[in-house]
Amino acid sequence: MTLSEQYIAFKTIVIKEILRFSRIWLQTILPPVITTALYFIIFGKLIGPQIGQVQGYNYIDYIVPGLIMMAVITNSYANVVSSFYGAKFQHNIEEMLISPTPNYIILLGYITGGVCRGLSVGIAVTAVAWFFSDLSFTHVLVIISTVLLTAILFSITGLINGVYAKSFDDISIIPTFVLTPLTYLGGVFYSIDMLSSFWQNASLLNPILYMVSAFRYGFLGVSDIPLSTSYLIIVGFIIVLFQASLHLLNKGRGLRS
Amino acid sequence: MEKALHIKNLGKTYDNGFTALKGIDLEVEVGDFFALLGPNGAGKSTTIGILSSLVRKTTGQVSIMGQDIDVNFSAAKKFLGLVPQEFNFNVFEPVVEIVVNQAGYYGINRKTAFVRAEKYLRELGLWEKRHEMARNLSGGMKRRLMIARALVHEPQILILDEPTAGVDIEIRRSMWAFLRKINAAGTTIILTTHYLEEAENLCPNIAIIDGGELIENTSMKQLLTQLHTETFVLDLVGQLDAAPDLPGFVCRLLDSHTLEVDIERGSQVNDLFSVLDGHGIRVNSLRSKTNRLEQLFVNIVESGRAVEAQA
Repeated sequence: MTLSEQYIAFKTIVIKEILRFSRIWLQTILPPVITTALYFIIFGKLIGPQIGQVQGYNYIDYIVPGLIMMAVITNSYANVVSSFYGAKFQHNIEEMLISPTPNYIILLGYITGGVCRGLSVGIAVTAVAWFFSDLSFTHVLVIISTVLLTAILFSITGLINGVYAKSFDDISIIPTFVLTPLTYLGGVFYSIDMLSSFWQNASLLNPILYMVSAFRYGFLGVSDIPLSTSYLIIVGFIIVLFQASLHLLNKGRGLRS
Repeated sequence: MEKALHIKNLGKTYDNGFTALKGIDLEVEVGDFFALLGPNGAGKSTTIGILSSLVRKTTGQVSIMGQDIDVNFSAAKKFLGLVPQEFNFNVFEPVVEIVVNQAGYYGINRKTAFVRAEKYLRELGLWEKRHEMARNLSGGMKRRLMIARALVHEPQILILDEPTAGVDIEIRRSMWAFLRKINAAGTTIILTTHYLEEAENLCPNIAIIDGGELIENTSMKQLLTQLHTETFVLDLVGQLDAAPDLPGFVCRLLDSHTLEVDIERGSQVNDLFSVLDGHGIRVNSLRSKTNRLEQLFVNIVESGRAVEAQA
């Protein structure tokens, strides 16, 4: 395939993915917006004033970046894992596999689809956050780069989950038992300074902490983790997992016999 | 002359140890309408799977329009359109999107893809359904959708794996007409089917696979000359108590009004009627008992298995 043909194939997968989640926006875009709005109301308006300030910021302002990031992580992941496994389940993944589209284009197409959904939800949640807090965008480039890299990372992990999944149970196990606990323990609702030194060190093993911290730095200018460390961890994970997922596609794991 | 398909010593053993193909050799000429027949589990779908890259071969060589799949599978794939046995599209996508997206995977820009989608959906009677979700289509429409999807990148070879399974007679015949038309326009067609009447009607050349081996590869005409007898069922005007003794013909009385007669190759139906007249037996109507190819197919597969059992 020529480069321009590959670009057309890539665009086709991205358009297909965007149309897919847009068509079912009641299941894909609206629920995270409502859930996050409830977080803002309960933790921000009702409980927040009694907590006081965290790192010099009102509690609601402190948790906003983490809640946006949580929505982005969950939705990037969910988009790719459900779309890829759905295509495997219905066998329509074969439409791509029998075509000359290279595997890395299939991978990039699904990742971009996941990023689009993650960012769409992220933007919608940010818009809702405006009603509840005084949003400040201290370092815009940090905000954009962190959210983009995080969406890419969790789109890739969603695809790896989709490759290994053999049933619909398999695509909900990781989000329920791994992703959600890591997100909640990744400094969305608190600063790790509030933890004992043991739990502070344990938290450093949680990759989501680095994403939430960097993203919060973009909004507030404060972070639990040095910015360069966060970028290094996120980019490192992206490189390793991208290679792993491409290897799985090239091997045809669960796709070709 | 370049072959549409060239297969040499193709073998496949799955991870569970099952050998689906035991080294088959097969060639299909450009422009042919080729039947690939065999009982269930014979190795037809594995062969098609290898051609379309969904199954990895264990041994052998495959060239599609001269492109070796081990050297440049991407180029070889462009020549191939596949209509699989099972529905394999996203049932939650509109019909037109399924066809247009498929074109995109072959690097065809969206504008051209829409033009071609309209062309093939119209030809296959699906244009009015273009905005319908695929799940709302009938079984016959879903089969035609898969044909439109397989043709949208205008492949030189179209592989159809039981395309008319579960389709009513009227739609089946309209699909035959459509396939004949695209074959006449130059598309090489490879067809697997369990409707042997379909293969006999459409395909001048045929191969039969059984147990992962190619047991027949010849022209349809040549194959049918192997038939030694053809059986006819006669609906009689009067009644008979026993099968008559007709010189040169083997008869069986199915019931008092129905007689079954075997006619040897070389004999004529006229001879049979002369003999029947001589015995005062009048005939209301006559029909062939089985499809000729069906009888031959059963004979070939059974004799192949008998030889294998003896060995």
